[in-house]
Amino acid sequence: MLKIAVIGGAETVMGFKALGLETYPAADPAEASKILRSLTRGSDEYAIIYIEENLAEKMGQEIDRFKDRPTPAIILIPGREGTIGLGKQALLSAVERAVGTNILGD
Amino acid sequence: MAGTAVTPTRMVLNQLKGRLKTARRGHKLLKDKRDELMRQFLDVIKQNKELRERVEQGLTDAFASMQVASSLMSPEMLEQSLLYPRQSVELGIKYKNIMSVNVPVYSFSTKNNDPSEIYPYGFAQTSGELDDALGKMADVFQDMLELAQVEKTMQLLAEEIEKTRRRVNALEYIMIPELEGNIKYISMKLEENENATKVRLLKVKEMVLQDAHNYKQ
Repeated sequence: MLKIAVIGGAETVMGFKALGLETYPAADPAEASKILRSLTRGSDEYAIIYIEENLAEKMGQEIDRFKDRPTPAIILIPGREGTIGLGKQALLSAVERAVGTNILGD
Repeated sequence: MAGTAVTPTRMVLNQLKGRLKTARRGHKLLKDKRDELMRQFLDVIKQNKELRERVEQGLTDAFASMQVASSLMSPEMLEQSLLYPRQSVELGIKYKNIMSVNVPVYSFSTKNNDPSEIYPYGFAQTSGELDDALGKMADVFQDMLELAQVEKTMQLLAEEIEKTRRRVNALEYIMIPELEGNIKYISMKLEENENATKVRLLKVKEMVLQDAHNYKQ
């Protein structure tokens, strides 16, 4: 069976722990990158990895590596302070990549 | 085009004609593939956009409730209550094939099916706000899973569309014009050779006749 991981600030991930997900608190992007690397090394044990947006902001390359692979899915989630729009940004850039232009209109 | 090294022979001409036919067919097929992928993609991004908005809204709500809970309880207490989850999630993954792109389909099951099992603590020492926060978390989690699936599908489709589009363009604007140019070049060259031969034969005939009969036209 595959697992789901959540990487984010200690307070953000706390709630997910109660849901039964594996949580990895990370204080800064460097630490988060390290966790991400150790989770994705070896087998595809983790099918979904949720990463808090404010950490992901500085982890562009690390995350882009997984864009073209079927697993794991790396999904950005907003942090405690609400969304900074990075998740939506990723959607728009994927649309732009495929269509060649932004067709969503925002 | 004509500058490229093609030998103007009938054999090469036939070969090129064959390749042009294949290229045209490939172009049509790829174009159809691209159109279909695009159609699927548009559905997926619409879904993705909705889900993302819902998840972001839901999580922001949940975090706000959590904030309230954490302000009502001491940090140690809060950490302690959430230390040992009673619930665990198992995720199954299958792949679905959309136009030869393998996209994941997740199925998940929780160890405990009772929704009240998400609270890993006794109610005596925790505040009601924490229950509220966890409840909201659990609600939004279903959407989060779906979001993961849709977003991954979207990324994979985007990549495939980009690849297909490049191929279509390469065929349409480079391969096919080049082949056509070469074919034109060869057929013109062959025609030219044919004319040259005809003229030479006429000339030779004239010379031979003159030699034989001293015949003048």
